[in-house]
Formats: sequence, structure tokens, C-alpha cells
Amino acid sequence: MELKEFVQNFASQFDDTEESVFQPETKFKDLEEWSSISALSIIAMADEEYNVKLKGLDIRSAVTIEDLYNAVKSKI
Amino acid sequence: MAFLEIKNVKIAGISACVPKQIEKVVDYPYFTANEAEKFSASTGVVARRITTTDVITSDMCVIAAERLISNLKWDKSDIDCLVFVTQTPDYILPATSCIIQERLGLSVECYALDISLGCSGWTYGLSVLTSLLSSGAMKKGLLLSGESASLEFNVLDKSAYPLFGDAGTATAIEYKEGADGFKFHFGTDGSGYDAIIIEDGGYRNLFNKSSFEVYTTSDGLRRTRCNTALAGMDVFAFGISRAPESIRKLCEHFLIDLATVDAFVMHQANLFMNEKIREKLKIAEEKTLYSLQNFGNTSSASIPLTLITNKQNKGKILAIGFGVGLSWSSVYFETDKEFIISDLVEI
Repeated sequence: MELKEFVQNFASQFDDTEESVFQPETKFKDLEEWSSISALSIIAMADEEYNVKLKGLDIRSAVTIEDLYNAVKSKI
Repeated sequence: MAFLEIKNVKIAGISACVPKQIEKVVDYPYFTANEAEKFSASTGVVARRITTTDVITSDMCVIAAERLISNLKWDKSDIDCLVFVTQTPDYILPATSCIIQERLGLSVECYALDISLGCSGWTYGLSVLTSLLSSGAMKKGLLLSGESASLEFNVLDKSAYPLFGDAGTATAIEYKEGADGFKFHFGTDGSGYDAIIIEDGGYRNLFNKSSFEVYTTSDGLRRTRCNTALAGMDVFAFGISRAPESIRKLCEHFLIDLATVDAFVMHQANLFMNEKIREKLKIAEEKTLYSLQNFGNTSSASIPLTLITNKQNKGKILAIGFGVGLSWSSVYFETDKEFIISDLVEI
């Protein structure tokens, strides 16, 4: 699993935010478009793409996209 | 492996009772107009039926049962067993099914049992009732399932209160020699016991002064320890993985061809989750039934209520319940031409 690919998969869950905004160090909860539904979309993406079950705690404790990448990676 | 096939029983009919009072998401006082719109778009819920403390789950189930017994022209003295599934019983004790036996005027020669399950409750209840009847020693039985969820959630809890609706249902099962019956798959994962929980009021945490104090969660939700607390993200992750897995296992084990199923009925959790499950299973939209829009998530009532409101009175039915426990169960059955769906009763 590549960080770059994970960031792309993360970005594809959003409709209104420029793709260039999504970087490993992006603090995703600060995005204007971030919502509880975004969180569910990310959980679904982790399930579909990596067969990983993210918990609410994983989302809550992550600050950057790379933090979530590490959470997913540790569960593969 | 938790598979079960119960033969020589058939589903005779289903009925449901819902409160008259309609509460629209757009009128929920703690949402802005924008929040209400977003909530309905993602959950699929536009309105729900909301009860009062005067009419609780057993009342709605009894009314639904009376209607069904009348439509089926069953003699009450022939009803040998009664299973009541809810998480909003009349009392901590006695079991509400005992009270219902008397209220419905059933024989004292009647098996009665309460089951404490929520969103997986109808399918689990069905497995118990069909198992009881399959030997032919008992011939007719009722499964009553429902919830008064609006009494469990705190009205201040913006994530959960507008999602849930109230309903009571009745399902009639009877012995029929040679009937194909029901095929089940079951699963349980107690590691997620606290994903949906009322923390105080049981014997682990007795009621105390702080039980009734409103607190604010880290996500900004407000509720007391007597209300249902729902960890939405954890329940979502559970639902989108376990529900499709259970359907796949059921179909594989019993050689059920998904393409031949006439109606796919999921517990009505929320549209976003249910659509993820449907997409994973590649089941056609037109075969997938919903009642979420007008009734919300009705817990153990959701599967029969969805069949009733869609008037799905024939064919091969595939259903799955999943939720609190964490608990899940899928079932496959076929209805025959005598299968009755009663008109929805409002109270």
C-alpha cells in the first residue's frame, strides 16, 4: 500500500475540494467539506480498497491523512 | 458455523402498527435547515412515526397482532407460542410476553418468551419461533417485534434522535408439513457491545443521580446515561462488513442464487449504510426495499414493516438484520399464495 495511492483514494471521497489540497500532511478535519458523512466515506473506502475496518477512534485520533494511512497500514 | 435450516413451517402473514404522529426531520428543532437537508440526504429519513409514553411497544404489537389474527381468521385458542422481541419492554420484570399472552387472550397453555435484541431481532426471533414449531407439536405461533426508540434517545442527540421511528409488528408462523421453511445464518461479536448501549439502569450500573444528567460527548452530542448512546462510525464499519458477509455465506451454504431473489430487505439502518451493503452485493436497486423515508430506523420492526409498506406479498425473500449486540442474522424464505399482509394500522 502506497501513501500516494491512499491520499488519492482519500481525495476521491470529496466532491467540492480541489484535489491538490489533499496531501499527506493535510489536516483533514479542518477542510470545509469535512463532515460526519466524510468520516463514513473514509471508513467505507478503507473497507473496499484495503479490507480494513477502521474504528471511530482511529478517525478521532488521526490529525493528518498520513495518520490515517498509518492506521490502515497497521491493520492490513 | 451458525447456519440453520428449519423445514415444515411457513410464514402465514405479517402486520404492523405505527403511531399516528408524524415527525418530520425538517421540523427537528435542533437542526438548521441546511443540517436537516444534509441529514435526510445521507440517512434517507424524511419523517418518522413518534409515540408517546401512553403507547409503548407492546401496545403497538398487540394491536398489530389483533389485526393479523383477525385477517388470518385464526382461533386464538390455537396459538401455542409467542415470542416478543424488543429492547423497550413494559418492565424490567416480568417478561412482557407473559403480559401479552393475557392481553391477547391466548390460552394459558402457551409458550411465551422475551428476546432482548434490536436491529437483528426479527430474524433471530424468527429462528426461535420456527424452531419451536417445526416438529409439529405446536402448530401456530406469533412473533411480535418492535421498538419505541423515540423514548430511548435523547431529543438533544442530533445524530440519533431524528433517525429512529417507532413501530410494533406481528408475524404469524404455522406448521405445514413439507414446507421448505427458512434458511438462516447468524453472527455475534460482543467486542462491540458498547457501540450501541444504554449505560445505566441495568445491574452493571444501577441508576444513580448522575444517570439523568445531560452530558456532551467529544463529538458535541448531548444525552444522559439513561439514553441510548450510538457510536455511529463503529456501527457503520460493522454493518458494511458483516451484513454482506452474512448474505454471501447464507447464499453459498444453501446454494441460493442471489439473482433469483425477488425482494432484498435489509434492516433499515440508514440509506448511506444500506446502499453500501447493496452495492457490495451487487443487488439491483429495484429488488431492494426501503421504508426508511417515512418511518426511519425502526429497529426490530424494520424488516416486516418494510415488507408491509412495499406490499411485498409474494416471492422469494432475502432479509438481514444487524445492529446492537453486536448481532446479525440473515434469512431466506419463500411465501405462498395464502400469505397475508395486513393493512398498516395507525394509533
